[in-house]
Amino acid sequence: MTLIHDRQSNPAAGDEDRPIGYGRIQRKEDPRFVRGKGHYLDDIVLPGMLHGAILRAPVAHAKLVSIDTTNALAHPKVVAVITGKDLLGLKLAWAPTLSADVQAVLVTDKVRFQGQEVAFVVAEDRYAARDALELIDVEYDVLPPLVDARKALDADAPVIRDEIEGRTDNRIFDWEMGDKAETDAVFASADVVVSQEVVYPRVHPAPMETCGAVADFDAVNGKLTLYETTQAPHAHRTLFAIVAGIPEHKIRIVSPDIGGGFGNKVGIYPGYILAVVGSIVSGRPVKWVEDRSENLMSTSFARDYIMQGEIAATRDGKILALRTHVLADHGAFNATAQPTKNPAGFFSIFTGSYDLLAAHCSVTGVYTNKAPGGVAYACSFRVTEAVYLVERMVDILARKLDMDPAELRLKNFIKPEQFPYANKTGWVYDSGNYEAAMRLSMQLAGYEDLRREQAEKRERGELMGIGVSFFTEVVGAGPRKHFDIVGLGMADGAELRVHPTGKAVVRISVQSQGQGHETTFAQIVAEELGIPPEDIDVVHGDTDQTPFGLGTYGSRSTPVSGGAVALVARKVREKAKLIAGAMLETRPEDLEWEKGRWFVKGDPSAGKTIAEIAMAAHGTMTLPEGVDGNLDAEVTYDPPNLTFPFGAYICVVDIDPGTGQVKVRRFIAVDDCGTRINPMIIEGQVHGGLTDGVGMALMEIIEFDADGNCLGGSFMDYLIPTAMEVPDWETGFTVTPSPHHPIGAKGIGESATVGSPPAIVNAVVDALAPFGVTHMDMPCTPARVWAAMQGRARPPI
Amino acid sequence: MQISMTVNGSDVTSEIEPRVLLVHYIREVLGLTGTHWGCDTSNCGTCVVLMDGQPVKSCTVLAAMAAGHDIRTVEGLATGGTLDPVQQGFMEEHGLQCGFCTPGMMLTARALLDKNPHPDDAEIRQAISGQICRCTGYATIVRSVQWAAAHPAGPGLDDAPATGHSAGTGLDGTDTAVPDVAAEIEDTEVKA
Repeated sequence: MTLIHDRQSNPAAGDEDRPIGYGRIQRKEDPRFVRGKGHYLDDIVLPGMLHGAILRAPVAHAKLVSIDTTNALAHPKVVAVITGKDLLGLKLAWAPTLSADVQAVLVTDKVRFQGQEVAFVVAEDRYAARDALELIDVEYDVLPPLVDARKALDADAPVIRDEIEGRTDNRIFDWEMGDKAETDAVFASADVVVSQEVVYPRVHPAPMETCGAVADFDAVNGKLTLYETTQAPHAHRTLFAIVAGIPEHKIRIVSPDIGGGFGNKVGIYPGYILAVVGSIVSGRPVKWVEDRSENLMSTSFARDYIMQGEIAATRDGKILALRTHVLADHGAFNATAQPTKNPAGFFSIFTGSYDLLAAHCSVTGVYTNKAPGGVAYACSFRVTEAVYLVERMVDILARKLDMDPAELRLKNFIKPEQFPYANKTGWVYDSGNYEAAMRLSMQLAGYEDLRREQAEKRERGELMGIGVSFFTEVVGAGPRKHFDIVGLGMADGAELRVHPTGKAVVRISVQSQGQGHETTFAQIVAEELGIPPEDIDVVHGDTDQTPFGLGTYGSRSTPVSGGAVALVARKVREKAKLIAGAMLETRPEDLEWEKGRWFVKGDPSAGKTIAEIAMAAHGTMTLPEGVDGNLDAEVTYDPPNLTFPFGAYICVVDIDPGTGQVKVRRFIAVDDCGTRINPMIIEGQVHGGLTDGVGMALMEIIEFDADGNCLGGSFMDYLIPTAMEVPDWETGFTVTPSPHHPIGAKGIGESATVGSPPAIVNAVVDALAPFGVTHMDMPCTPARVWAAMQGRARPPI
Repeated sequence: MQISMTVNGSDVTSEIEPRVLLVHYIREVLGLTGTHWGCDTSNCGTCVVLMDGQPVKSCTVLAAMAAGHDIRTVEGLATGGTLDPVQQGFMEEHGLQCGFCTPGMMLTARALLDKNPHPDDAEIRQAISGQICRCTGYATIVRSVQWAAAHPAGPGLDDAPATGHSAGTGLDGTDTAVPDVAAEIEDTEVKA
């Protein structure tokens, strides 16, 4: 394969050498976005459309005594008020979640978290729907809430899911991976063992666009068109068929331009179902768009893992084993979006980038009186938590051994020649060169100079910290025999049509939320077929227009759908070869492929371009036997393994000793996502994830008070980084292609979100080393940092 | 109540409820959906429009308060068929991903450049500090605004490209060759 970088080596090259496939090109979606012509959910206006609004519970745990909707129904602009009782009649009061649990669409028996859906108003306009919410009278009988996951399994804990027959506690699942006996044996004989409780707090993806839906039920034809902010339109169609009982061929899901997703838009929320019910009841289209507080308080949060970590090593710094037990807070319903066999997602990648003798993890999931969710915010199915744990533990070990954290990592990396590498919890890492990435990161950072600067500043009492993290991700789920979501195998389809004039359309099952699919997937086809990207239309986000597939999350679009697109283009290329053979009156095996044309081996002048072949395929010539009269193809790609992107991050922080304010001065990110399709888009994905990391490490948290009140329910309380809190990112890359992926690509969407929080926290803890601080839980707010400096071995400066 | 204002150079008059927010008026009455809504609390800035040339958060301005004023939205950034250099800059430097915060970011950038044609990076960061982008990490937004500052008359008009490369050619509906950005910014700094 020729990469565009090679082709671009001659800038004066003529048309003949013009880059076709991979490389930095502007995004095809940008012209509409910069003109304000994006088409997002709330931009959809249908004739006769009504507006819905949800009444939400003000308390975290309460029996529902009564709902009186009389006054709301008397409002002149109100068309309908729907309660849980109405839904019971329709058998829609409870809906299946993506984790084989059920979730209340509207409360029927009791409230289980603050902000839970209680009633749905349908009115003539947005303002009237909101007005009517205040006219609904609800009586609650407040129950003691369960807020602290550590108390969820206590004998006297209130049972949250008492509607499930026979349930007497709040345990959702127990799950483990690795060999416990083997791991315990290694720990028992190790020179050094360090332990630390590491908490990854509850955070929220908070995309700029909140979630919403426009439901349009056509009673005559029985067809539901549902516009939704969804990252997974096909999975939603199947689930809606199951939930609502509407035959699947009568459901069309349209996911328009999405204003950011980050996993927040994977699940099916009660609001979507209520919009559908509202449309069926009213006979008119119904729009429902949540406000920011609804988004932060009720839709899929992320993390909330309490991890007991232990690491064992030799005295000279050879890491031997890791073990952990995790208490996972899933909220009131188990609604995490993850593969069926992986209740803790891919957390078992917590062995990280190191060659270990043994590892064991166990996870206990519990219900609490908090919003449901858990897998979101660019987490790669809990790889975020896993990487944070191992990278904190390695840093704590480095401190214990008085070793440089970068040197300790370099000493323990899996070596390039060990790939494919089977780790101790069942993963087979596809490829990697960890040392190269780490060394490049250290070189870009000027690591030795930074350490010297730090030593000098410490002499002067200044607080500077240098944090290192190295991550291995596991993305691109997955092989369908191992990974499914509610029984749907995690494969993705692609359909490619080359029109008679040589322009093309590729239809894909994944859905962009800003990642630039319309550009990247056009570039993959361009690379394979030699058709310029601007001549390739990428269609996505409409189940009536695209092949089946599981959608965009877990960094799976390029690893899975990208594979499908490359393979479908190759299928078209092979078909074109047969047709070219007939056109050139030669045997197909005597043809050679180059940049968009088949030509006769040894006679480059005798050839046919894809456009010429496309015209012939649709024309009047007699086609070879078995070749249809078109230049189309379709495939479903079932990846043989997952892909394992990796990276080496270095963060430099300065801490104000008077206030505890942490300033990220520099951040150096070296990523390896295998083959790079569009470096500009890759860099953008990395930048965004690094900013997420600063948010989580320093600012973001969804906390609750003792009564279960959400304390992060608006952007005044849930702090997100602005341009003032983040530095100008410094990025670099290495390229280690995936050996099994059709184009060697591994995925990049979540790498930086996964890899950056430990680098930042490690830097903060490093800065505070003179105070004897060895660990701090996120977010490292000024108050927490300042408190950590108090009463330590060395007084505050 | 009846209100009148100028929106993107055109006079508009409407009968509205007094409580209608400017963002809803622009989106739902005027049908200009390029202005977005994101938080209700004046924190996110996806709803930024220019009122008499100043960025305002239209979710916390009543439409009635905008009466008699000059409003400019993203739909009013391009003149004729020509993109504002800020719009071009966001495409050149990948200043957007999902595009949701982009209209507000671009309008703030336009207001900044009108006041300060050659801002430094810190001034750009300060200018957009009341707005949140969840996708880009801001560095490419800063570069986008710098691109616009370096190309006050747009690509290929104010200064001839030193060298050309093929990035982006033809994707915005034009055949304009995209100039070599780094070389041009360097040139401008020399001139300045």
